[in-house]
Amino acid sequence: MSIDPQRKSYTPPVLEFKSSTFFVPVLILYSHDVHLIEQSLHEKISQAPDFFKNSPLIFDVQGLNKENNEFDVAALIEILRKIGLFPIGIRGGNEQQNDQAQALFIPVDAVRSNESVETQESAAANIEPEPETTESPPKADMAVAAPIAVPTPTTIPTTLISHPIRSGQRIYAAGDLIVMSPVSAGAEIMAEGNIHVYNTLRGRALAGVQGNKKSRIFCSDLQAELISIAGDYKTSEDLNDNVRKKPVQIYLQDRALIIKDIA
Amino acid sequence: MARIIVVTSGKGGVGKTTTSAAIAMGLAKKGHKTVVIDLDVGLRNLDLIMGCERRVVYDFINVINGEASVNQALIRDKNCNLLYILPASQTRDKDALSQEGVGRVLEELSEDFKYIVCDSPAGIEKGANLALYFADDAFVVTNPEISSVRDSDRMLGILSSKSRRAERNEEPVKEYLLMTRYDASRVKSGEMLSLDDVQEILSLELLGIIPESKSVLTASNQGVPVILNDKSEAGQAYADVVARYLGEKVPHRFIDSKKGFLRKLFGGRS
Repeated sequence: MSIDPQRKSYTPPVLEFKSSTFFVPVLILYSHDVHLIEQSLHEKISQAPDFFKNSPLIFDVQGLNKENNEFDVAALIEILRKIGLFPIGIRGGNEQQNDQAQALFIPVDAVRSNESVETQESAAANIEPEPETTESPPKADMAVAAPIAVPTPTTIPTTLISHPIRSGQRIYAAGDLIVMSPVSAGAEIMAEGNIHVYNTLRGRALAGVQGNKKSRIFCSDLQAELISIAGDYKTSEDLNDNVRKKPVQIYLQDRALIIKDIA
Repeated sequence: MARIIVVTSGKGGVGKTTTSAAIAMGLAKKGHKTVVIDLDVGLRNLDLIMGCERRVVYDFINVINGEASVNQALIRDKNCNLLYILPASQTRDKDALSQEGVGRVLEELSEDFKYIVCDSPAGIEKGANLALYFADDAFVVTNPEISSVRDSDRMLGILSSKSRRAERNEEPVKEYLLMTRYDASRVKSGEMLSLDDVQEILSLELLGIIPESKSVLTASNQGVPVILNDKSEAGQAYADVVARYLGEKVPHRFIDSKKGFLRKLFGGRS
């Protein structure tokens, strides 16, 4: 084996297979109503058209199948493509759905990690009250299996912006958002994670827009029109003078928006 | 290749046409062959300010539609033979403009001229967007009041995302701030935003401050660009702007009323 790469160096290889990890959004479906799905997709996408434009996507029907609802995978794929997304995989489908997807050249995700975690967890929940000692070794196994699967909640890269965000512009970050330049009044910055503004924040800043209550907003000069974390917001009017024009952090505590000096 | 300068603001009535006329005249006076184009189709004004309204035969829309050649539509300025005016149509509206058509005419003009100054209409509709689409440089005309500043900011956002340079991933449009109708005494009394206030919000390179001056209105009504009146402060300020744009080092004037007065005294003595 050790000689092999040396040999290869004499004749440059034509191709190579490598393993690589990608971040791909997963669309988790809770409704089997195709029209409803289409409608809410349109709504979501209109919030951040650039972000979703030509985005690859894996759709997850695991939840649907638990409820044993009939679901037309072909119709969903058609909707996704029509809307400008590229479905590249199905997850958690039953045999019929997987066949349907494969017929449309959509690969089937093995789901090992996720499915196993879910099933094992539910199994563990069932098992635990039982006092049988023979069950404990597999339990230990599960404990090992779970941490391996934990990283799968995709870590989305941070978005960095260094040009001024002008009035009327909107920025949407799927992860954290860092802005080095001023955010003008009338501009809107949104992030599913935290927002950092190392400059004056005059526009609207919305962190945790998908409901992450642990997200925070940091800025070095707070003059915002509106700040929001996971839907809880304050407008400029509600900011009192000891935080205005100061470097602050903003976080959520018991559904109350706390604005505090960083220093 | 010509350099395309777009004079824009978002808000109306801030002095875009006055500025377009003045800097086009200034560039021509400095020996650069310049054309100034009125893109405010339907609300033709530039020809009035330039004092050539009685000589308009063909307009920009005629050229776009192929009903006249560029040379037929161009009007030579009576004060400077290096300056030409391409008037807008008064009878049509902005829908008559097409990106492809405007691009074609600008390209043709590019071969012949050093600078093309585009007087943009107000608003962020088709006419304004078309004007800034082709820009190399943008003069953002702003009055020292909050709504004008906000609109300028919006315009800058559009410039950085919708211009041809942005689309092609080229070097971004060079943006300059031009503060017009600035009244130093009203700034001092707090009635107007100061230069610092505006700079803080827009963070742009300042090309010049044009003080509020009665000579601007007089010049407009007479159809003579105000820059030709070297006795007026506004005229001098526009001359400074043109010099600065061309790379000369000229200190800023008219920021502070007192300073201006003192400087005048010193200027008189020395």
